[in-house]
Amino acid sequence: MAADISKLGVKAGWKDLTEGMMIAGAGTSKEFNTGEWSTDKPEFIEDKCKQCLLCVPVCPDSCIPVEDMKRGVFDYKHCKGCGICVKACPFGAITMEGVK
Amino acid sequence: MAKRDRLSGNEAVAIALRQINPDVFPAFPITPSTEIPQYFASFAANGQVDTEFIPVESEHSSMSAAIGASAAGARSLTATSSCGLAYMWEELYIAASNRLPLALALVNRALSGPININCDHSDSMGARDSGWIQMYAENNQEAYDNMVQAYRISEHPDVRLPIMICQDGFITSHAVENIELLEDEEVQKFVGEYNPENYLLNPQCPMAVGPYSVTDYYMEAKRNQAEGMRHVSRVVLDVAKEYKKLSGREYGLFEEYRMDDAERAVVMIGSAAGTTKDAIDRLREQGEKVGLIKIRLYRPFPASEIAEALKNVKAVAIMDRAEGYTNHGGPLGADVMAALYRAHADALAVNYIYGLGGRDVRVKDMENVFAALKQMMADGDAGETYRYLGIRE
Ligand code: SF4
Ligand code: SF4
Repeated sequence: MAADISKLGVKAGWKDLTEGMMIAGAGTSKEFNTGEWSTDKPEFIEDKCKQCLLCVPVCPDSCIPVEDMKRGVFDYKHCKGCGICVKACPFGAITMEGVK
Repeated sequence: MAKRDRLSGNEAVAIALRQINPDVFPAFPITPSTEIPQYFASFAANGQVDTEFIPVESEHSSMSAAIGASAAGARSLTATSSCGLAYMWEELYIAASNRLPLALALVNRALSGPININCDHSDSMGARDSGWIQMYAENNQEAYDNMVQAYRISEHPDVRLPIMICQDGFITSHAVENIELLEDEEVQKFVGEYNPENYLLNPQCPMAVGPYSVTDYYMEAKRNQAEGMRHVSRVVLDVAKEYKKLSGREYGLFEEYRMDDAERAVVMIGSAAGTTKDAIDRLREQGEKVGLIKIRLYRPFPASEIAEALKNVKAVAIMDRAEGYTNHGGPLGADVMAALYRAHADALAVNYIYGLGGRDVRVKDMENVFAALKQMMADGDAGETYRYLGIRE
């Protein structure tokens, strides 16, 4: 029986946790909403984006998806709000509260 | 049909393990528990068990391997004493927090220092907060019976926690006594097959064991684990009831010896309870109303049941075979006194440190404890509540 990951948000009560915190089932990290651990999130200003893709490899959580050589919107379900992508963007296309 | 034999405590536990026929037994030797894996290794070499016996390089490894095997879906265990248990510290907490049902045959021995190989309870008392179930024996028969019951408690779906089966080093582990053994088939039938719902070697459902818990989850994880502990007493009693049908021997959370009308009582753990029973029998012949509570299940601690058993007692001595360096007594003393306080008991209570590093406990010593309790009742005051039994001044 696979563990129900969807119940494991940061507001989960103790009865919702799995026994021994074991996670049964494969590839479950995709469904685990670690994005809710952070308070601030980066914002993507598409108009300013030149699609240079410099932001993509620096994200420690692989939260900037690329399709057809173009970056898409942030994966907020896994973004930790570290702000590294803000620093990496040469064109001011990413902003975030508290990051210059 | 039961078989009568003469065995040491270590032999008795090793035979129980042969009868259980567990899947994996990683072991590293340390006095006085060495004989358990030693006897078991001969059973493995003789083809009497199907167990994977793994001689490892340390106790850190033996417990790690037992944990890995349990997570993989095997029924596993190891054995140790003293500093060997101390070397497993990190793993003890992991086994419990991962809710892995496995067993540890612990032969109690003093922790260094000063270095000493003889009996006291400082090793397992140090591990009392690790989340393991702890069960203690007075003699070889109890060590055997507790081992046979261990997996039924540990693997129970409402519990799923590791279990430590403790016996006193040398006094119990090496002294040969008469014992009654069950037939191999009886034990196998009683213990049954281990069929975990999830396990690492299940190709149908891969799993993760021991994931990181950020601050948001850690407290809820601990509370979730505590729930398993809350079911232990009930399961221990259920398993004991079934075991009585099989063996004729009766077990509870603790044993009450001549407690019916007792005014003075001793609470203790382990082999010195036998000595205390002799002292009680002598004093009872002189008409003294004395009794004993011998703890079998120490973790979880049956606090309300013990307070209930002591409710008519006027003076009680709680005996600790371990120092706590709290300046007010040992661990059992703290647990029993907290239980009495919560039950609004007005019994006078003292806590003795005794038998450290294998120091003999004689019938006379226990008679002296009951005499001290009598004096307390006469004084209406417990006096010094943190005492050393028979210490040379
Ligand atoms: S803030 Fe950090 S985690 Fe989020 S997208 Fe940017 S680099 Fe990735
Ligand atoms: S670094 Fe800035 S400009 Fe380049 S792709 Fe990322 S958001 Fe667009």
